[in-house]
Amino acid sequence: MTDHNTMEMMICAAARNLEDGSSVAVGTGAPCAATMLAQKAYAPNLVIIFEAGGVAPLLPTMPISVGDSRTFYKAVMASGMCDVMETIQRGMVDYSFLGGAQIDMYGNLNSTVIGDYAHPKVRLPGSGGANDFGSFAWRIMVITPQDSRRFVEKVDFISTPGYLHGPGAREEAGLCRNSGPYKVITNMSVMGYDPESKRMRVESIHKGHSFKDVQDNTGFELLQAPKVVETPEPTPDELRILREEVDPNRYIIGR
Amino acid sequence: MFEVVVEGSGPLFADPDADKAREFFRTKTRAMTNKIMTVKEAVEKFVHDGDYLITGGFGADRIPAAVCHEIVRQHKKDLIFAGHTSTHDFQILAAGEVFNRCDIAYVIGLEARGLSPNGRRYMESGKVESCEWSNYAMACRLKAAAAGVSFMPARNLMGTDTFKHSAAKVVECPFTGERYILHPALWPDVAAIHVHEADVYGNSRIKGISVADVEMARAAKRLIITTERLVPNDVIRQDPSATAIPFYQVDAVCEVPFGSYPGNMAYEYFSDEDHLKLWMKVEKDPEEFQAFIDKYIYGTADFNEYLQLCGGLARINQLRAEEYLIDTEGGGGK
Repeated sequence: MTDHNTMEMMICAAARNLEDGSSVAVGTGAPCAATMLAQKAYAPNLVIIFEAGGVAPLLPTMPISVGDSRTFYKAVMASGMCDVMETIQRGMVDYSFLGGAQIDMYGNLNSTVIGDYAHPKVRLPGSGGANDFGSFAWRIMVITPQDSRRFVEKVDFISTPGYLHGPGAREEAGLCRNSGPYKVITNMSVMGYDPESKRMRVESIHKGHSFKDVQDNTGFELLQAPKVVETPEPTPDELRILREEVDPNRYIIGR
Repeated sequence: MFEVVVEGSGPLFADPDADKAREFFRTKTRAMTNKIMTVKEAVEKFVHDGDYLITGGFGADRIPAAVCHEIVRQHKKDLIFAGHTSTHDFQILAAGEVFNRCDIAYVIGLEARGLSPNGRRYMESGKVESCEWSNYAMACRLKAAAAGVSFMPARNLMGTDTFKHSAAKVVECPFTGERYILHPALWPDVAAIHVHEADVYGNSRIKGISVADVEMARAAKRLIITTERLVPNDVIRQDPSATAIPFYQVDAVCEVPFGSYPGNMAYEYFSDEDHLKLWMKVEKDPEEFQAFIDKYIYGTADFNEYLQLCGGLARINQLRAEEYLIDTEGGGGK
């Protein structure tokens, strides 16, 4: 039993999905912390790329922007957006990490508007590079709090494609074959997708939470993996690296 | 001839006709002349009401902040703005309400710093007509224009509401039958790009990531370069592989040291997070924000006066230390 907060739990659970030698396209915030943790803890050969052009940096501190100078610190290449996005489009990037205001059971993400498009309650930034990541990367991962205002039956606007309306929909629309949503990591659970229906399903639950807690904080019916396990807790090593090397100022883990 | 399978319903703000763009570029001067001028002169001369405007950099990184200020200061209006990876540049232009149409890939937000309250108010006011894209979709549009062709195929956007509200079209590939999205070429009327070094003719160097600026510089009909420093033409000719933008694309060269402030300029200075926070804070109250803009933009003659208000060289030196990860407080001097 280690002493940790929910953000640390989320970041550690997310980091373990990135195996050594794989490649990941990432933004700032919790996904970046998870990626840095993975690189320092068990995936030294993880290739990290940023959409503005940073390729395989040795991140000295957490970037504030996807294009700030940390994102290409001691990098192998300082490139540009077309090169990076096209590297993902041609199939060289295994994982992408995304966020969003809303997510539905098929992993579709909304970061454009809350409410009606023409007269929105809230105008949000738009797709940014998320649609590109969600269209091109083999496996899409999302880190977000478990909250029924975020996990909704129907997103107000599909900014970034998940499995769209179900099996075969991505391919039918013209998106890259065999790509799509892979994991959703929250403060309560790790979820994946049912291989047949492409619907979100609970795969592991963090200590102290039940399936009912997860379901109660989700706005649609969740499926369960054949064997739902308890999410392994962060190890002392993971926590030490996360606290001392990844986020010593507690920008993310202090939230 | 491709058959269109499905198309977005968003407005197309710029003509994707490649031959019309060629006719324009035919008239653009190839003379290697001295293009040095002030930002004020460059904006007066090259930014016109109703123009399609695009700015370089990413987020608040290597942005042409001085040009954005000057566009606001000169009360330009009815512009079309390319909300491509934009954050603080958008924030400045929204403060002056200089645009009424916007191609949106990313606006309002300042990445992990949150949403601009004034940017949100402006975009929710009904004053701005919009069209949705993604960052790469906008980069594709510039890439097509830079190549002199009217569209660029890609595999993004399809199946989403972002596509429905775009002005892109989906077709079937004549070779494989796969569906592709075609992004229409974008030749902006005017672009502003901040670079590390330029000579008086406009030959420009960018250090670190180039984002979409290599394509943008070639797509734009008119191009304003602001540069951290001027260098002699000899320096450019000693290492031509370092040139990102050739002089013949460039219309104006303005020397603006610290010209990306409060944004980051790689290898020069880090972003001023305190000042960016101040913007976000004062934006919450429209009256307070108006007073802020009056003081920092309308009340200043140029970008240097703005820098002085923000702490001048002393502040820049702190940001330089931050950029280089230098601990200025760890010595034995105190």
